[in-house]
Amino acid sequence: MNGIEQTLIGGIAGGTAIVIPALGELTSELSGIVNLGTEGCMLAGALGAYAVTVATGSAEIGIAGGAVAGAIFGLLHAYLTVYRKADQLTSGLVIWFLALGVTGVLGTGYVNDAITPLPIVSVPGLSQVPWLGPILFRQDLLVYVGYFLVALIIFVLHRSRIGLLLRATGERPEVVSVAGIHPNVIQVVAVTVGALLAGIGGAQLSVGYVGTWFDDMTSGYGFVAVAVVLFASWRPLRVMVGAYVFGVALSAESVLQTNGIAINQYLLDALPYLVTLIALVVVSRRGGRKAPEALSRALTDVT
Amino acid sequence: MLRNLTFLKKRLLRRFAIIGGAASLLVSLASCGTSTASASSTGSATTVGFIMVGSRSDYGYNQAVYVASQTVATEMKNVKVITADNIPENSSVTQTMQAMVNQGAKIIFATSYGYFPYALKFAKSHPTITVLHQGGYLTGKFPGNFGTYWGEAFEPVSLGGMAAGSVTKTNKLGFVYAFPIPQTIDNIDAFELGAQSVNPKAKTYVVNTSNWCDPLKQTEAAKALLAQGADVLSQHQDCQTAVIEAAKQAHAYVVGYHYDASSLDPSGWLTGSVWKWAPLYKSIISTILSGHFKGSKYNTNFIGSFAAHNNPLVLAPFGPAVSTGMRSKILSEEAKLKSGTSIFKGPIYCQNGQLLVPAGVTPTYAQINNFSCFVRGVVGTIPQG
Repeated sequence: MNGIEQTLIGGIAGGTAIVIPALGELTSELSGIVNLGTEGCMLAGALGAYAVTVATGSAEIGIAGGAVAGAIFGLLHAYLTVYRKADQLTSGLVIWFLALGVTGVLGTGYVNDAITPLPIVSVPGLSQVPWLGPILFRQDLLVYVGYFLVALIIFVLHRSRIGLLLRATGERPEVVSVAGIHPNVIQVVAVTVGALLAGIGGAQLSVGYVGTWFDDMTSGYGFVAVAVVLFASWRPLRVMVGAYVFGVALSAESVLQTNGIAINQYLLDALPYLVTLIALVVVSRRGGRKAPEALSRALTDVT
Repeated sequence: MLRNLTFLKKRLLRRFAIIGGAASLLVSLASCGTSTASASSTGSATTVGFIMVGSRSDYGYNQAVYVASQTVATEMKNVKVITADNIPENSSVTQTMQAMVNQGAKIIFATSYGYFPYALKFAKSHPTITVLHQGGYLTGKFPGNFGTYWGEAFEPVSLGGMAAGSVTKTNKLGFVYAFPIPQTIDNIDAFELGAQSVNPKAKTYVVNTSNWCDPLKQTEAAKALLAQGADVLSQHQDCQTAVIEAAKQAHAYVVGYHYDASSLDPSGWLTGSVWKWAPLYKSIISTILSGHFKGSKYNTNFIGSFAAHNNPLVLAPFGPAVSTGMRSKILSEEAKLKSGTSIFKGPIYCQNGQLLVPAGVTPTYAQINNFSCFVRGVVGTIPQG
């Protein structure tokens, strides 16, 4: 296996832990609610998935645990921001701290509990494609979930009534009211689904690629997911590109070192952030979508 | 309307204060360890604080500290132990030290490398408090209430290198580390020299993560090393579970560090270096309580070693993959180290061929602590600032 191949294999697997939460955050933001608590929802998801995996012995069932754990924190964020009109950024940070504390306490016993993580699944046929096959199609289940979600979200956003309602809620909630649906409902659903996806992203860390639970194991990658959405100007394909590029650059950091290639350490540590930024600036050159209007309104109303 | 809004704002603010308060309470519940009072006789008990950078249940560096602090709590009747974990290496540690002093602490163990400047400064401004720093090395004058302590970590690490060198089929060993600090450079060099002593072809490939515990980065590092062909992984991180898990999945071997994690991968575990801090903590605390700290061996840079029979880092139990012959070879090497030999006895060369230790010379700890190159056989470069 050569270095480039390993960089991409690791990058796709690690990047999945950012792609899925970023798609979740996109969903949430399109409805007009920012969830800075994505990091916390990921942490909750990571522990939820791990705990369920320990209890059931199945990492696949564990994913569901991660999704539920993430969604619970999302529901709280939705309640605070949609119904109590709380400041979105503040509430998001509270969600993060809350999740950090709760998972820190509940997760203590799980550090030394070994699990069997999600196995590598080769997609018949596709994994035989020279070079790209093993990179894209010899991965764990959640990597494929990531691919599927990108396609699903693109379809839902642009080809379905739900997507239209979601986007309308983010732009002009009044319009949705006229259509007979309360925009609050759409927002609560969008934020909860978004957090559920963040939870699944956390599961990719704990029961997928890394295969262990650790205190604060998301190390800020949830914030990377939020930033990717912003820089991708709310376009799902760009979100995907940004998140995978981040993962690949993170993996490249290690692979460069194992091949004895000397690069300034500070530059190397900044690499994932720099490369992602540059990649997104380049893909956004053709103009992006403007921020959902309700997003800016929601932020200025309360503060 | 306006009044209404102001009212709403006030209500919101109050609500947030409550939620925020609850959240931070939970966070502090998680991070600041509950004080474990062991003092039987109230009043005369001395409060000792232990501050850790990571989680006290990390199966690594911080858990070793925590376990030892609890041993102190149980075994020293006149001592009350309080602990705080997950304290970052910034001014937070100063606040934590102050909070501990406010709780009555007279002795503080600041146990992370990056706490050093804060601990030293705190000692200078609080002459009645004795501050001990774990892993630091002060070259200047010591205040009468400050000391550092550590062990010749590289000694057991070199023995782990022997185990690694003996089982590798690819002659490639992987080493994941956090920062290129002197201790780590020494450990990597000793690991490689130990491996070479039983397998001259063994090379150690290194990756740094610039983080004491980032499981995703550790996984990337471990997988990159495995892809490079490494079949034994070791590390100098605070938490070690991610690297062990990656090795386990690839059926590679593991040499542990900080804490005996053999239960995570019983068949892949070769051996490791594990901290046994309690005897040293107890000795330091007793010295302080007896009033003889100032000018003592602990009021300077205390370095435990095999030769002095007080190295706080010891060899972990062997796993099944280490042959009986190799075990006795490693144990006899350990005995030699205890009788005063050194893994760094010259001649030793840097990667670039420069002579690091001349032939026949055994460097002092201070010299070893100044090593700034990887030895021949290590693949990878030391990050330059």
